[in-house]
Amino acid sequence: MAAPPRRPLLVFLAGLLLVASLATLAEAIYEDQVGLADWHQKYIGKVKQAVYHSQKSGRRRVVVLTEENVLSSLDLRSGDIFWRHVIDKNDPLDQLSLSLGKYVITLSSGGTILRAWNLPDGQMIWETNLQTSTASDPQLLIMSNNKVAKDNLVLVSAGRWIYAVSSIDGAISWEKEFSFDGLEIKQVFQSSENDIVYAVGISGSSKLALYQLSAKTGEILKDVQESIPGELCGEVVLGSDDVLVALNKARSSLFLIEFKSERISYNKVHLSDLVQDLSGTFKLQSLSNGIIALQTSSAVSLLKLKGTDGLEVVQRFDQPAALSDALTITEKDEAFAIVQHVGSQIEFLVKFTSDISSESIREKVNIDQNRGNVEKVFLNSYIRTDKSHGFRALVVMEDHSLLLIQQGEVVWSREDGLASIVDVTTSELPVEKDGVSVADVEHNLFEWLKGHMLKLKGTLMLANADEVAAIQALRLKSSEKNKMTRDHNGFRKLLIVLTKAGKVIALHTGDGRIVWSNLLPSLRASRFGGIPSALRIYQWQVPHHSVMRENPSVLVVGKSGAESSAPGVFSILDSYSGEELNSMKLDHSVVQIIPLTLKDSSEQRLHLIVDSNSNAHLYPKSPDALDVFLHEMSNLYFYSVDIQTNVIRGYSLQKSCDINGDEYCFGTKELWSIIFPSDSERIAISETRKMNEVVHTQAKTIGDHDVMYKYLSKNLVFVATMSPKAAGDIGSALPEEASLVAYLIDAVTGRILHRVTHHGAQGPVHAVLSENWVVYHYFNLRAHRFEMAVIEIYDQSRADNKDVMKLILGKHNLSAPITSYARPEVVVKSQSYFFTHSVKAMAVTQTAKGITSKQLLIGTIGDQVLALDKRYLDPRRSANPTQQEKEEGIIPLTDSLPIIPQSFVTHSHQVEALRGIVSIPAKLESTTLVFTYGVDLFYTQLAPSRTYDSLTDEFSYALLLITIAVLVAAIIATWIWSEKKELRDKWR
Amino acid sequence: MATSFSRRGHLLLLLLAAVASACLGTAAANQAGSGEGYTIAGRIKIDGANVKGFGLPAKTSNTKVILNGGQRVTFARPDGYFAFHNVPAGTHLIEVSSIGYFFSPVRVDISARNPGYIQAALTETRRALNELVLEPLKEEQYYEVREPFSVMSLLKSPMGLMVGFMVLMVFVMPKMMENIDPEEMKQAQEQMRNNPVSFSSLLSRAQG
Repeated sequence: MAAPPRRPLLVFLAGLLLVASLATLAEAIYEDQVGLADWHQKYIGKVKQAVYHSQKSGRRRVVVLTEENVLSSLDLRSGDIFWRHVIDKNDPLDQLSLSLGKYVITLSSGGTILRAWNLPDGQMIWETNLQTSTASDPQLLIMSNNKVAKDNLVLVSAGRWIYAVSSIDGAISWEKEFSFDGLEIKQVFQSSENDIVYAVGISGSSKLALYQLSAKTGEILKDVQESIPGELCGEVVLGSDDVLVALNKARSSLFLIEFKSERISYNKVHLSDLVQDLSGTFKLQSLSNGIIALQTSSAVSLLKLKGTDGLEVVQRFDQPAALSDALTITEKDEAFAIVQHVGSQIEFLVKFTSDISSESIREKVNIDQNRGNVEKVFLNSYIRTDKSHGFRALVVMEDHSLLLIQQGEVVWSREDGLASIVDVTTSELPVEKDGVSVADVEHNLFEWLKGHMLKLKGTLMLANADEVAAIQALRLKSSEKNKMTRDHNGFRKLLIVLTKAGKVIALHTGDGRIVWSNLLPSLRASRFGGIPSALRIYQWQVPHHSVMRENPSVLVVGKSGAESSAPGVFSILDSYSGEELNSMKLDHSVVQIIPLTLKDSSEQRLHLIVDSNSNAHLYPKSPDALDVFLHEMSNLYFYSVDIQTNVIRGYSLQKSCDINGDEYCFGTKELWSIIFPSDSERIAISETRKMNEVVHTQAKTIGDHDVMYKYLSKNLVFVATMSPKAAGDIGSALPEEASLVAYLIDAVTGRILHRVTHHGAQGPVHAVLSENWVVYHYFNLRAHRFEMAVIEIYDQSRADNKDVMKLILGKHNLSAPITSYARPEVVVKSQSYFFTHSVKAMAVTQTAKGITSKQLLIGTIGDQVLALDKRYLDPRRSANPTQQEKEEGIIPLTDSLPIIPQSFVTHSHQVEALRGIVSIPAKLESTTLVFTYGVDLFYTQLAPSRTYDSLTDEFSYALLLITIAVLVAAIIATWIWSEKKELRDKWR
Repeated sequence: MATSFSRRGHLLLLLLAAVASACLGTAAANQAGSGEGYTIAGRIKIDGANVKGFGLPAKTSNTKVILNGGQRVTFARPDGYFAFHNVPAGTHLIEVSSIGYFFSPVRVDISARNPGYIQAALTETRRALNELVLEPLKEEQYYEVREPFSVMSLLKSPMGLMVGFMVLMVFVMPKMMENIDPEEMKQAQEQMRNNPVSFSSLLSRAQG
């Protein structure tokens, strides 16, 4: 009959309070939480063209075009992006120009699409489709000082066509198709004095044609054709006002062609007479006033034209150098810039074409050594306060970064290599050495309480504007998340990314800043003849136990050329400093890289690299690693998917190798192959489980207390094939001729566990495989909507084990060894749903122990990432779930998957040109770290089942303290009161 | 209503027949890239008036129109118009990507038999469109909205409920006591007097 003791009640109350505060935590975030756990970085990619605003406009802006197909306007003072458009890869941007000082004109898709953009805000003004055959080298010319109207005509030439388009509304003013057979127009230019347009074209390899057109009507005023003996390679530049310079096919001599007179006359000059040791590819570039630059990979020569008589070398730069276009300074004079490497610095030279031998500016600039060579220079001038001309230049470096150089200094730099990430891995940060006491962090109790009071006010919506700002500042200031040490929750990590330029960059997950970067010498194009390509990045050494003192390291694998037989390059970097520990050029090619789960005694992870001769090479090459490997070799299998020949093959490893004497080389033996019939099925995609995935439970208890065992095999491979007609874009196939076949294959035996055909389905297919399920996205031509299907696979052979008696008597088969060779008895469940959007990438959340429920991360066509609960893709969903199923949490079946705006993990940001989504488990089980990359980068923390194992930032300690204080006071008051009453009763 | 009609005009579903009539088939196809196919032209209409909360006018500058899942991408002009040229006959899909708005994909059928005949329908709602004017189905709110501070929300919280229950008991208990039989009441009071249970003794017991 005793009342409940008070102390547990207190705990209970506190518990209730905690639950109450957690319940308010929604999946989505509040607007004022933006930037707390996430960051978003915008990039543009490697700049290939840049146009400055005219000085008159007063704005210091530059419009750039990049290799990532981005058009952007940048602030010249800070390098910030004013506006930006990421154009689709199918619509490559070729040319860029400014018109009337207020329009940006772009030419794309091989000269077929002309667009005008508003310069201040980037709004598209007009778009004109031009009917040409797509040319490899379309030209764009904005005509100046056209006195006909207040309109600048835009001339576009591609193939045999020339179009003149009004720059105000995009209307075609005139068009001309030249009837000359096989003509390709190489140069279009306007004569300075009259309204005549010259067009120079080449037909075949030896015919040169020259046309003079009226700028107003496009009427041919004059046309001349000339046959030039010795073949032309197609490279033609305008040397001076009346001389063209063309390169011959053997790339050994130049033709100097005079074209302004009645007949075309030409003169041939041998390049070897001018420049010695001319090897490899080189580029002709015309500066004005008869100066021509000849650029090779190692040197730049400046040549001066002497009429058609010949050329003379004016100057030669023997360092790797880059040259800008000529920039008009005065009526007669033009300037250009040369940037070359001198030791560890770069030298910035500005010359005038009138006086080529002397320099106007010679400045030395210190730059980061990890940027490589200078690749491009864009010169710009400004008027100094003393009315003289000052120069600045945008410099594009080998690592794709963009720098602004002015007065001998780098004013700003943009790390635009991050727009082209190839692969991502992570690394832990160093362990904190000296324990930091709580007092250091929360240095003042009063401050701490004040902060929490503010937060409390914020949660109760009582804070005014100033206080809200104070709260925001307080949150961002908490430097906890930006520390360079490992944290208890595993939120602080290094994201190590490999970019297309061969640069490895480590980003801190706290705020996305660059911790270190290293342009790998082995992946630099300037070192070798071929163009090296970066392939993958892996964790090489993750120290635990015995080698705890060592730093972790990462492995970068690349190829030294574009073709598949090119030898590989291999580099190991320290994860904390970015220092290259080891680098080697492999003597074999790299076709497939297989990271193994095995580790040698120094915790280096074993990797197998398969070359084009189907030999497998073991790394690291240490006897210790070999011992570990040989022990496990008989249990190792791998498979390869050959999309070209439409075959999947499975292999085992053999000791012998073609290369004698190399004990680290292993032969492979083909065990099985699945050959798909090419006329009906083409491999579209293959997907397998992530190596580091952890599965917590092997069984799933369903509503009626039955148990289903998941078929958990690391060797499960999902392959989707499509009928050849369905391989194209959506509009191209009819539902009858399109089909998609999904396979689940065991990669050790080659056994097809499940096969399902979707008739009337079409690609592109995106898939993700995790635990015992696969989810894939495709287009349903019949319904004309996108669909997502799920297949879950369960192990039937273990289904008998649910009998308790059998378990007690030991008649279960739980302890029987599981082997891939046993014929699996599997049960497959599947279902499909409509999904609104196209998909660019798909991933699944990964957590440390695999307990937390999973979410699919879907990169949509709008460059957003949607987190979709796996519960929506459950084949056991039905239209009317029973009571038991409802209790289990099964959602009633709907024909389409819901898109809840709050579950976009990227909230109001867009990850432009989204390519990949990576989920990294944190140490805290509830939380996973999500990194999304495309042209932009986005990082956030995600808790698929909410943060059930920790209090968040939002938790109001002040409220808890106040409640406790009030309760204690109440207890004391009641106690005193009760005591008094008791005393009174006793006296009675 | 009338004003909006006149502004839209009638020719939103523009159709430009092929230069060399697509019916000729192979003959037209030989002309590589030059002029066979149709033009799909339409308009995106984001109603600025509907925008609640945001003071910004609806901007079309970052609105992309995507044909067939990324085969072609174009941008909307300031007035919302867009066009795809040289689209072959068949069934196509148009998607609109604009941050903050949810657009339904649109199925566009271009008939090969009767050139010049185009049909369009929203795939989400299966609603047929007479003219290709694409309007967002709904606005997308990416953030949770903080509930403003209110007495009700405080009362609804577990603590509020507890307090409410206690207050209720304070008022209801005496009423209930009144209803108890006076004799029973006397008996209970007698019992209480015989074994006094007090809060302070409870506390000391709990501590002990």
